[in-house]
This record gives sequence, C-alpha cells and structure tokens, in this order.
Amino acid sequence: MNPTAVDTTESAARPAGAPAPAGRRRVPTTRGAPPGSGRRPPLVLLVPACVAALFALLPLGYLAVRALERGPGYAWDVVADERTLQLLSRSLGLTAVVVAACLVLGVSLAWLTVRTALPGARAWSVLATLPLAVPSYVAAFTWLAAAPENAGFAGAALALTLVSFPYVHLPVAAALRGIDPAQEEAARSLGHGPWRTFLRVTLPQLRPAAAGGALLVALYVLSDFGAVSLMRYDTFTRAIHTSYRASFDRTPAAALSVVLVVMTVALVAAEARTRGRAGHARTGAGTARPAAPIPLGRWRIAALAWCATVVAVAVAFPLGTLGYWLAVGSSAIWDLGDLARTAWTTLGVAAAGAALTTLLALPVGVIAARHRGRGVRLLEQAAYAGHALPGITVALSLVFFAVRYAYPLYQQLPLLVCAYAVLFLPVAVAATRAAVLQAPPVLEDVARSLGRSPISVLREVTVPLAAPGVAAGAALTFVVCMKELPATLLLRPTGMDTLATRLWTETGAGSFAAAAPYAAALILLAAIPSYLLGRHRT
Amino acid sequence: MRRPSARRTTALVAAGLLLPALAACGSDGGKDGSAEGGDSSLVIYSGRNEKLVKPILDKLEKAVGSKVEVRYGDSAELAAQILEEGDRTKAGLFFSQDAGALGALSKEGVLAKLPQSSLEEVDAAYRGGKGDWVGLSGRVRVIAYNPDKVAEDDVPDSVQDVVKPEWKDKVGFAPTNASFQAFVTGMRVIEGDDATREWLKGLKANGKTYANNLATLDAVESGEVSLGLVNHYYWYERVAEKGEDKVGAKLHFLPGEDPGALINVAGVGILKDSGQSETAQKAVDYLLSKEAQIYFADRTKEYPLAAGVTSKVEGLPPFESLESPDIDLGKLESLQETLAMLQEVGLV
Repeated sequence: MNPTAVDTTESAARPAGAPAPAGRRRVPTTRGAPPGSGRRPPLVLLVPACVAALFALLPLGYLAVRALERGPGYAWDVVADERTLQLLSRSLGLTAVVVAACLVLGVSLAWLTVRTALPGARAWSVLATLPLAVPSYVAAFTWLAAAPENAGFAGAALALTLVSFPYVHLPVAAALRGIDPAQEEAARSLGHGPWRTFLRVTLPQLRPAAAGGALLVALYVLSDFGAVSLMRYDTFTRAIHTSYRASFDRTPAAALSVVLVVMTVALVAAEARTRGRAGHARTGAGTARPAAPIPLGRWRIAALAWCATVVAVAVAFPLGTLGYWLAVGSSAIWDLGDLARTAWTTLGVAAAGAALTTLLALPVGVIAARHRGRGVRLLEQAAYAGHALPGITVALSLVFFAVRYAYPLYQQLPLLVCAYAVLFLPVAVAATRAAVLQAPPVLEDVARSLGRSPISVLREVTVPLAAPGVAAGAALTFVVCMKELPATLLLRPTGMDTLATRLWTETGAGSFAAAAPYAAALILLAAIPSYLLGRHRT
Repeated sequence: MRRPSARRTTALVAAGLLLPALAACGSDGGKDGSAEGGDSSLVIYSGRNEKLVKPILDKLEKAVGSKVEVRYGDSAELAAQILEEGDRTKAGLFFSQDAGALGALSKEGVLAKLPQSSLEEVDAAYRGGKGDWVGLSGRVRVIAYNPDKVAEDDVPDSVQDVVKPEWKDKVGFAPTNASFQAFVTGMRVIEGDDATREWLKGLKANGKTYANNLATLDAVESGEVSLGLVNHYYWYERVAEKGEDKVGAKLHFLPGEDPGALINVAGVGILKDSGQSETAQKAVDYLLSKEAQIYFADRTKEYPLAAGVTSKVEGLPPFESLESPDIDLGKLESLQETLAMLQEVGLV
C-alpha cells in the first residue's frame, strides 16, 4: 500500500476552478498537464513522427487529385446528393450502435477477467481476444448462412460488434491492470460501495483506454465493406464501392471518400476531448501491486454465463460453422501443401507489415502521450485521417503514387508492406500512446535531469517501460494485416497469395467448403498473437 | 514495473515478427522482376475467378510459348487499377468478367484495336464497337424457380410479369450484381427510362434482394422465394456438382426477345501501352480457338462465342435458340444512368 498515490483524474473531469463536491473530497489532487508537456517534442521524435504522418496522408493527396479532376462543382454535387447524406446517416447509425455494443462487451469482459475472482479468468481473457482473428466478411458469411433473416442492420451490427469488441476489451483490460488499487481502496475506506467505486474511481481512469478503443471500432465500422455488403445493409462505403464497380468512375468515389476523411478527423478530435487533461500514471514513490480479485459471490454463475455466451457467439460459432462446411462440403479439398505455403506467405507479409507499422507508430504514439499543443493534435489526426477509408481507395492511391514515383517497387512486396502501414498506423499508435501514458513521466524527467539526451531517455526509459504495450500493438497490427483483403489484392506481387486472397478466390467461385480450410487457418494463425495479447501482462 | 514475463512476451513478439518478415523478404527476392521480363512475356489481369480460368490460362502459356503471369482480382477494381497505372500499366491483356469493364477501358482509350481476323470470329453483337475488345463466352439471364412453389407453366414468360401482385414477396434478385445491372440497362435501351423506372419500383415492392446470383439461387432452392432473376450457368454448375435431382430449383429461359433474357459476355482487350501486344494477340487467338472455347462450354457452362463451336452441356438450350433482345452491348456502358435510376428507386 502506498499512501502517496494520487488521483489526477477527478480534477481534470471537472471544469477548472470548480470546487470539489462537498463531502466528497478525496486525496489531494495535482492539476493539469503531465510533466514534460510544455516542451516541444525533441527532433529525434518529431522527424520520424512527421515522416509517419506524411506516409499516412498519402491517400489524402490522391483523393484531392481525383476528387477535383472534374472541378470542385462536380465533387460537391456528388457529395451533396440526397442519397449520399442518407447513406451517411445510415453509416453513422450503424457506427453508434456497434461502438455502444463493443463498449458494453469490451468493458464488462475486461473487468470480469482482470479484476474479479472469475473462475478461469486468464483463459477467458485469451478467448475474448480471439474474435480479432475473425475477418468481418467471414463472420458475416457464417451468420448469414445460419440466420439469413438477420440480414440488414441487425446482422451487420451483430457481425461487426462480434469481430471488433476486442479493440475495446484489450486496452481496457490493460488499463485495469495498470490502475493502482490504492485509489479504489481509498474510495472504499471513505465509504463508497463497490459499484460507486467502480463508477467514480475506476471508470474515469478507463475512459482514455475505452475511448481509444471505441475510436478504432468506429473507424473500422465506417471503413468496412465486407460485412455490410454481405448483410445487404447500405452504408456510405457501399456508395464508394458502387462508384468503382458499377460506373467504373473514380471521381465520385474520391469525392465521397473525402467525406469519410472529414468524419474521421471529427471523430479523432472528439475522442481527444474525452481524454481531457488527466494524467494516468502513478506518481510518487513505490510501486503498485496487483489488485486483490473481487469475489463474485452469487454473481459467479451469471458472470460465467456472460463470458461463455460472448465467446460462444464470437469464436465458437464461426469456427463451428467452418467446421460444418468442411464436414459436409463435397468440394472440400485439402491441399495441405498450398495451405502451408499460403499460410507462411501470410505470416511473412503480416509480420513485415506489423514491424513497419509499429516502427512508424512509435514516435507518433510517444509524442501524442507526452506532448500537447495544436501541432501534436494535427500530427495525431494525420495518422488517423485515412483510417476510415475503404481498403480499395487506399490501395488505388498507392497504385497512383507508386506508378508515378516508385515504379520499381510497384507490385513488389515492400509496397504491400507500406500499404499495411498506411492502413493500420492508428492501431499501433493507439496502443503505443496508451502504453506510454501509463509509464510515469517523472522517470523520464529524472533521466533528463541526470543529463540523458532525448534519444537515450527514449531508449533507456520510455521504450522499455512501454515495451509490453507496444508489443501488444504490434501483435494487434499483425492480426489485422493478416485479414486485410482489398489492398492485398491490388498491391501484392503477381502470383502471390495470402490466406485472405485465397479465401476470396474460393468464395468467389461459390465454394464455401473449399474456402473453409483457408478461413480456419487464418483464424487459427491469428489466434497465436491474439493469445499473446490476451496473456499480455498477466 | 518491468516484469520478466512482460519482457519475455515482448521478445517473443519481436522474434515472431522478425523471422517470417525476413523470410518473406528473402524468398521474394528470387522471383522479382519477372513481371517486366523479356518483351515476349505476358501479364494478364484477370477479373474472372482463378478457380474458373486457371486451367485454361495454364494451357494458354504453353500455346503462346512465352512466360505468362496472371493477376486475379475483381473486374471493376482491376479496370480502376489499369486506369491509375495509365501508360505504365503492367497488364498486357485484360480478361474481364463483363462487357462493362471492357467498355470503360475502351472509353478511356487504353485498349488497342484488334485485328479483323480476331473480331470476325465473334458475332458483332458481342464485341466492342471500336473493335478493341472481343467477347469470349456468353451467359444469359433466366428465371430460376422452385418447382415445389410454382408449376412450370405458371412461371412468367416475361420479367414484366414478376412485378404483378401475385408474385408479391416471391421474387429474389441481386440489385448490386453487375449482370443484373447490365440487364436493367438493356431494359432501358429497349423499353425506355420511364417504363424501366416503373418496373424497378414494382420489383422493389415485390422482390427480396440478395448479395449475388448464388445467394439468390440459394433462396430459390430453399423456397424463401419462388422465383429468382439470375444467370444461367450457376444452375448448371450446381447440377454438375450435386446432380439435378439434388438441386431444388429449375430454370426457365424467356422467349420473345424479353429484356429479361439479355446475354452478357466475358471478354478480353489488349492494353496498347504495355509493350506486350504481340504475345497478347497470340493469347487472344488462343482464347478464341476451339480448345479454349470448348473449355468455357464444359467447365464454366457458358456459351462459347467463337464461330463454329457449340456447347455440349446436357440440358442447355442451343445458343441459336435463345430469343434474346437485340442490343448493342456497347450501349451497356450507360450503366451510370442505370445506377442513378437504381439509386433513385432505392435499390442500391
């Protein structure tokens, strides 16, 4: 127990200068920004961060060229169309529902597995991470096969929620592990019940993690095409795809994509506001110890049933359906050699993608966690800006630039790896930022006061402290790279296949049974990093 | 705060990322650059599924005597990719699932004029108006029906009938499917925009929408709908796989040049800026040869389009017997207006 642990959250949630509610004053608070925020980011961080941001902005440059090639009037007509606005509201409605559902699933599972005496908590934690490995189109496919009447809004919301709630679960679980239990104990000793303590002490500290996860979910839903097209729920992304597929026209597609970028920037700004100015690292001496698990008592069965239900619908159901297709399909062909080769290729490109993405995300994440100001906000927004764009748009933008400026790389592996970095930079940035936020900035101050240069502070203090979180981000990026389809199709070296492209080929030929081994392999392989993520810091 | 287990996890993840990544880079080095290799090699962008055309493209490689690389993708996305590539395109030949994507490339002027000998192999109705693409195989729109739900004699002989009240909630179709949209375009050409718009409104009121032809056929088989507007070959493929008695749907070919009996084609065009024209031309010749045409008839159950080749698929009506509307497929480029109409009616 460390008596000097302080809560820096409460003060930030209240308007500056507002008095603490009478009778609820808690341990003394320190106000304002975390240490270090006043300084400009050191060049050693700023330069690579700007490189990463420029990288992420490439698709926007392309969109500007394409959207305006017939004049701004044309682009405006496309965007201002009544139908477009209608689709936009449908997209936003779907996003809101999926985000809300993911928050409920993600936070409840994280709390149960990290903080309570849930039987088999560790196993549940790992299992709750596995849905990440299920591509949205596979989830949609299996649900559609089992319950075709769910097609439409309900089906799309269901499929998207079940594949994306780990985006919330993972950071919230990590944040829960990082919270110093001393604060909750203080709240309890001051007369708060367990529920009040959770609401007033625990939940506010989870807010940045949950909001960061919710942002990723929102952008994922906005950009998704696979699930919504299979579920026949018309969204904004559908309008973009229709422009490519039915009218073979890239101009309206680009104009519509710009709207997605604007929306993304608004969402990122909104998320930044929910963060407030709270600090979330321990200050003072000593170390936190793990919290004592909360006994569930008579709620044990209910808690177990809840976890089991989520895992059953999100993991067991798609795997079971694939198994069923394998068992009954006459066209099931087990070409093990091809499967192994494809799996190995997939692992390779996904690993390269995750490595590059993590490397680029590191400086952005550190700056976003440690510094403030308009420039920093812009940097972070730049990293996220393209994240709601459909994969096909990002892919075409890279075709555009590579053909013009990097022709030798075109349709070569390095370009595909770059595409993954452009697509998934925010996933790694979010993980890095959260990890750095939980590392006490005072340690960096100490290192600096001892004469360490910015780069050695980074190398000797920040990165080692944040390493587990950064690794978790890398594993997460690895999983999403493995599942990626549209950019892989356009940018892969000719003749190269990943599990996702094979899956696309087989289902395109109408053969579910032949597709099943590739889908199953994809899920099982992605389960390995998911497993590491679930175990992370336990 | 740094625990050994956290370090171990980090190290594990790092190693897990580095090893396969290095392997991928290493193994990739060997086969790089071949795409641009000698002037006789050929790169085909294929919008047709690998499962359907790989065997014949493998044979094509032997027939043209040059190295052939195939990039598979979605026809429309590959067309967009070719347009982004511009005059530095890697594609020598574009093999499209439908006339629309070829028409789009033709309109942008990136396709080369084909020699008369190739064009003459195929009926003028199934090639590009500018002579820069040629159809290889044809598919016809049909009405699939569930014999448990509707007697053969009661199946409509015209798509005009499916919007009648008696078919309320009994018609399945795939509004986002390219073949469906081509058919609607055909209807616009034949019957005019106003009549087509009214028909679409009726279809929206009567019909159930599906993601694609296969899903529509599934719905007919399961009895979810009684009728489905689909392409003919899905049914023949399913029959070939499961046997006719195990397929819970039958097909009705529409008589009287009904717009619902539109024929659409898969075809090829040569990219004029690729520097692969010579080999690409050999490839076109091979794809129009008897061997390749019979492959399309037998394997994909489509109609071969080259003169003098007929399909031997059991139960398939002869191509000449089809009473399809007489439409210039080049006009199907006005897909954009069709799309606007589908949007206006609220179907896509």
